[in-house]
Amino acid sequence: MLDAFASALALIATVDAELAGIVGLSLRVSLSAVFFAGLLALPVGAAVALFHFPGRSAVIVLLNALMGLPPVVAGLMIYLLLSRVGPLGPLGLLFTPTAMVIVQSLLIFPIVAALTRQIISDLWEEYREQLTSLGAGRLRAIPTLLWDGRYSLVTALLAGFGRAVAEVGAVLIVGGNIAGVTRVMTTAIALETNKGNLTLALALGVILMTLTIIINGLAYGLGQFARRRIG
Amino acid sequence: MSRYKLVRWAVVLGMALAVSLAHAQDRGFITIASTTSTENSGLFESIIPQFEDETGIEVRVVAVGTGQALRIGCNGDADAVLVHAPAAEQQFIDDGCGVDRREIMYNDFVIIGPGNDPAGVADADSATEAFGIIADAEAPFASRGDDSGTHKKELGIWSEAGVDPSGSWYRELGSGMGAALNTAAGMDAYIMADRGTWISFDNRQNLEILFEGDPILFNQYGSVLVNPEAHDVKHDLAMVWHDWLVSEQGQAAIGAYRLRGQQLFTPNAE
Amino acid sequence: MGAVVRTLPIRLEGVAFEHGATRLLGPLDLTFEGSQRTAVMGPNGAGKSLLLRLCHGLIAPTAGRVRCGVAGAPTDPRVRRRQAMVFQRPVMLRRSVKANVLYALNRRGIKGRDARSRADEALSMVGLQGLGSRPARVLSGGEQQRLALARAWVLQPEVMFLDEPTSALDPQAAQAVESTIQRFHERGTRIVLTTHSPGQARRLADEIVFMADGGVVERAEAEAFLTRPQSRQGQQFLAGEHTVSPAVHPRREDSHHE
Repeated sequence: MLDAFASALALIATVDAELAGIVGLSLRVSLSAVFFAGLLALPVGAAVALFHFPGRSAVIVLLNALMGLPPVVAGLMIYLLLSRVGPLGPLGLLFTPTAMVIVQSLLIFPIVAALTRQIISDLWEEYREQLTSLGAGRLRAIPTLLWDGRYSLVTALLAGFGRAVAEVGAVLIVGGNIAGVTRVMTTAIALETNKGNLTLALALGVILMTLTIIINGLAYGLGQFARRRIG
Repeated sequence: MSRYKLVRWAVVLGMALAVSLAHAQDRGFITIASTTSTENSGLFESIIPQFEDETGIEVRVVAVGTGQALRIGCNGDADAVLVHAPAAEQQFIDDGCGVDRREIMYNDFVIIGPGNDPAGVADADSATEAFGIIADAEAPFASRGDDSGTHKKELGIWSEAGVDPSGSWYRELGSGMGAALNTAAGMDAYIMADRGTWISFDNRQNLEILFEGDPILFNQYGSVLVNPEAHDVKHDLAMVWHDWLVSEQGQAAIGAYRLRGQQLFTPNAE
Repeated sequence: MGAVVRTLPIRLEGVAFEHGATRLLGPLDLTFEGSQRTAVMGPNGAGKSLLLRLCHGLIAPTAGRVRCGVAGAPTDPRVRRRQAMVFQRPVMLRRSVKANVLYALNRRGIKGRDARSRADEALSMVGLQGLGSRPARVLSGGEQQRLALARAWVLQPEVMFLDEPTSALDPQAAQAVESTIQRFHERGTRIVLTTHSPGQARRLADEIVFMADGGVVERAEAEAFLTRPQSRQGQQFLAGEHTVSPAVHPRREDSHHE
């Protein structure tokens, strides 16, 4: 364990270009996935919270259940979709970072949507009469509630980011762990483990953990700052 | 910061990220499906830069088990495959998935086990005898169990030895070579591995090479192009790679690769 | 927007509200018209808040109907646009003081410079000028209640409902809120408020609607009711309101926010 921490420090200290590329790709892929998943999941989660429609309970159960979607299954589904013999084959997206963004978005969409639904539904309890009185219908209430729930929703997005950046099975299948192209932190860790380089693998793990902690810290700090500034 | 500014910032940032990713993938390249053992040995890291320097074609390697590599090739998701399972490669061609198989190089498998060799494999005269000894002793044996080239080879030897391996001593792992070695090390099991992965493998614990050198353990690698009539693959670029592997430069590059002072692959193109 | 739809008079015709098998209100008939100030009084659980919510269209009666103006229902946006409500514990949106007022204006289609100048006017009206850029949620309880008043008044409603607007405030803050309500009335807004305090009723109301057990027991001029209540419940209530249900804190009365 100590060896791993020492190696991690050494890796960081030497500013290894390959490592920097891997770390950069991990962050770009997972942050993009959070962005696209969030773009869809926040309004969808809020809409499910506010609107009553036939099959709403089924949608809620499905979203909650899909939070546990096995990454390998998601990976296979996207593989079959993007493979040259699949429906989206002509786009040539398999084994590219774009494919990894797609599969990670699929994995974190249910997490962000389900948590958003819970957060917005609690907030709606509190806001419903006030917003109705001010003349905002349910549809108009969605952006209002998303904005007023922003500090809690950031936590939902971070949960999605955590799942995306820590996930290996899905990105391995659709990304292919190609050196310099689709190799991210987790697939690099899996590769080094397979090579028996446990110390290096653990060192990469330490770096991944550190990055995750930094990003969560930044989000928390920004949240506190914003809360003081704009309430 | 007003909420509109904040939301606008988030959108701009997200778009920038996505665009930066989309841009990273627009150069002349081919995709090769190959095996984990080849990738883990470090061979590609050594020879691909030489190829790229000579031809300007980028090579992207997706390293999986042989079975999955052929599957990827058959789906047209790679332009060529480089694997080590001659029978499966022939099937791949017969199925219309691939064309133009060429033999490139070989390495060999070794039988590995705990240093104290409880079953007494080291004294065997052949690989089949060694397998028979393990089965008789019911000593723990770790099998890849993943339909890879190595797994197929191992099954072939069991069948030569007249043993139908089953029982609690025979453990099918369903994992790659390195992962299987990690597991074997953890449970002091016998295992058959390719020499390349073994040499570069650091987490050996009690494991040692106990048996090697039987010709049945030789491991032939072949390069097969994905059938350009079946899929819209980069056939011309892949042909450059295919030709280079059997060329003088390619063969020399393979023979020159050393891992920890040892040659891993013997070039044997015709 | 078509022609301005009037929300007054508000008529409750045979209105009842049940929750499950329990009847919480009515059936009752009641009309609010004119420009006077009405205080709805009564012990906890009498249905005062419920009455306000029915008039404002936040809940629908389970029997009877509420009619606003000539033919409107209180849930009709054109009708509700002419009404406003201040809750016992108003929700402050997580944005600046001024943005809270602008939000109400924007929902009614008033935007840009017109909206900003109206918001400034409303904030001065309640004495919050200069605090416009503060986050609404860092204001004191009294300031928040005044912001809620500004947000309700900014559209110059015909009628404003106030649900125990001062019950959560200290006396000084309560006084500021009372004088603001008084100013609104002087500018022509019909006031309907619920209160526990006879003092507040005397200061702010021209007439009293006294409720008990979900029904209207007495409706009278404020001074007349406060000095000589006709009903037994009214006499008991004024004799010692805290003996009616001492276990319940007044702030919790009827509240939907708890």
